[in-house]
Amino acid sequence: MKQPPTILKTNIAEDAWKPLKKFTNARIAIGRAGNAVPLAEDLQFRADHAQARDAVFAELNVEQLTAGLSQFNLPIIYLQSRAGNRQEYLKRPDKGRTLNDESIKKLTAEKKIDISFIIADGLSPRAVNLYTQPVLQYLLSMCNDARFSIAPICIVQQGRVAIGDETGMLLGASLSVVFIGERPGLSSPHSMGLYISYNPVIGLTDESRYCISNIHTHGGLSPQEAATQAFTLIQNAFDLKLSGVNAKKQRQLPKE
Amino acid sequence: MPYKSTIKNITYSFADLKTLLAKATPLRSGDVLAGLAADTYIERVAAQTALADVPLKIFLEELVIPYETDEITMLIIDTHDANAFLPISHFTVGDLRDWLLCDEATTGILALLAAGLTPEMVAAVSKLMRNQDLITVAKKCSVITKFRNTIGLPGRLSTRLQPNHPTDDPRGVAASIIDGLLYGSGDAVIGINPATDNPSAVATLLYMIDDLRQKYEIPTQSCVLCHITTTLELMQRNIPVDLVFQSIGGTEKTNSSFGINLALLNEAHLCALELNRGTTGNNVMYFETGQGNALSANANEGVDQQTCEARAYAVARKFNPLLVNTVVGFIGPEYLFDGKQIIRAALEDHFCAKLLGLPMGCDICYTNHAEADQDDMDTLLTLLGVAGCNFIMGIPGADDIMLNYQSTSFHDALYIRKLLGLKPAPEFEAWLKKQGIADDGGNILPVANNHTLLLNSFE
Repeated sequence: MKQPPTILKTNIAEDAWKPLKKFTNARIAIGRAGNAVPLAEDLQFRADHAQARDAVFAELNVEQLTAGLSQFNLPIIYLQSRAGNRQEYLKRPDKGRTLNDESIKKLTAEKKIDISFIIADGLSPRAVNLYTQPVLQYLLSMCNDARFSIAPICIVQQGRVAIGDETGMLLGASLSVVFIGERPGLSSPHSMGLYISYNPVIGLTDESRYCISNIHTHGGLSPQEAATQAFTLIQNAFDLKLSGVNAKKQRQLPKE
Repeated sequence: MPYKSTIKNITYSFADLKTLLAKATPLRSGDVLAGLAADTYIERVAAQTALADVPLKIFLEELVIPYETDEITMLIIDTHDANAFLPISHFTVGDLRDWLLCDEATTGILALLAAGLTPEMVAAVSKLMRNQDLITVAKKCSVITKFRNTIGLPGRLSTRLQPNHPTDDPRGVAASIIDGLLYGSGDAVIGINPATDNPSAVATLLYMIDDLRQKYEIPTQSCVLCHITTTLELMQRNIPVDLVFQSIGGTEKTNSSFGINLALLNEAHLCALELNRGTTGNNVMYFETGQGNALSANANEGVDQQTCEARAYAVARKFNPLLVNTVVGFIGPEYLFDGKQIIRAALEDHFCAKLLGLPMGCDICYTNHAEADQDDMDTLLTLLGVAGCNFIMGIPGADDIMLNYQSTSFHDALYIRKLLGLKPAPEFEAWLKKQGIADDGGNILPVANNHTLLLNSFE
């Protein structure tokens, strides 16, 4: 009888350039099994992707958010976009940008007000659950010190950035700040963005907003830093009566 | 003039050519979002049936976007080569599909035909083709381009090394470049998407790659994928720019939303040619496209996203690019919903571009809100490898930590090369051997920590 061959376990050799990992979070020097990514690395990738997928399908924790926001003593209004569920939200961005009829009825402008804060789930509801309250804490105190008047806080489910235009407009706000969950990445599944629009009206495009992105506590912008940056941009927008690309250009003009 | 077809005694009517093209398109979320898709499965087949009978000549008369209001339509019509078109001028779209699949449609004849075909003709025929048809015909098309090496030769597959970093940190970028080179990637281009469009940050990156390239005599080209106006400014300041990058679309309005037009592209093209930095050739442009970019700019003009995409190839073709890349799954699920739609779109884009004579590559990719995963990318990579795609992306572990999406890894490139016996560009292949990175068979070799690429790199 023929002896079966001796087969040794695959030894995944370490790449000689592994020390370069200290310069980047990219998946460098991960070694090879044949030409393939070694299983341990592949499983890590799958876990990160799974986390990002789960982040997209997570839900806004309205109860917890409400509890966290109660300290600010502002009324809270609960709103919903025209996207009825996540699947529709993903396929129909147009519906995520507009309020449903019931929500529109909840918003009435009695008098002109300076700032409205709009909290929308976006593509990472969990980021919004995590970072809304910490950012608002810093930002609201700066806004109060500067004597800006503040509209009721709006919490919007299945919302995209532009829903802040309609909401801010109906509230009669001079400026809207949208807190929204950003598209999750493998390394940052729970990242929040802030979008600031002066004179919010339906139909604004991205060029007319300021954006602060990458707010999270895993190497991103901290809530305090985000609030500080946002407050600077808010003051700027009120000074120039403008936000976004054109405001940026105006700000740069004196230097040139 | 309405277009009609009858299936099982029911007659379907389509108001005009652009409606017919849209309704004949295989299902995708972006056309549904635009309100252009067929309402039923049978209406889609009816549209395909009617489209099959449309003479190709009609495409030169009935324009999907008016000549007077769109400079890309103008470009398509003004540069159409009637002489090249003559041999198939008696064809319908259906005749073209059948003929393309026959042995008479050789590589040489297809190359001669390219200038006689318009994007709309090519988009139309693709809508009648199954995935295997798109692969069969694309494989017969050969488009070879040159700058410091030779891309697109038969039996070759190149990679764009994409070493992005969230803050453009030069050391972080360099670490990913070294990783990629040691895994045999980077012959199409070493191309960085910058996190900001700041000219001095871009210049820093350009100097860094250029130094690396010269120091190790790497036969490849570099690119920082910033806005073309930034690149123009850098070229005027004599910063080492190899390739001029720009995202382009298939309608004038789409390009306006990108802040570009044909005149600006032309200016940058001429400026890059003047630098004369290529050694094997002078294809100096790098374009990126992707289905859905017109609609996302509210500039689709009632034209389906795949036809808009094919029209972008008319823009690319005018400037003899080194590389054209469809970033197929980056745009998101509202345009291409899942792996099935992404795969189909990538095969269409590759086919259409190749038939029009473009050096097409593909960023085989998806975002985390799309119904897709690495398995879908493996499928698409294998199909595009078989179809003779010119180049793919190489990203550490397939995970772009700046753009937050997933593409193909250096490992994926090694997989497809080994599986199909494909090699990098010949000049780059020779360099990999000389550096002891790959053996004669193209297998990657382990390197020691005193390898020349690693010297002084750890501080």
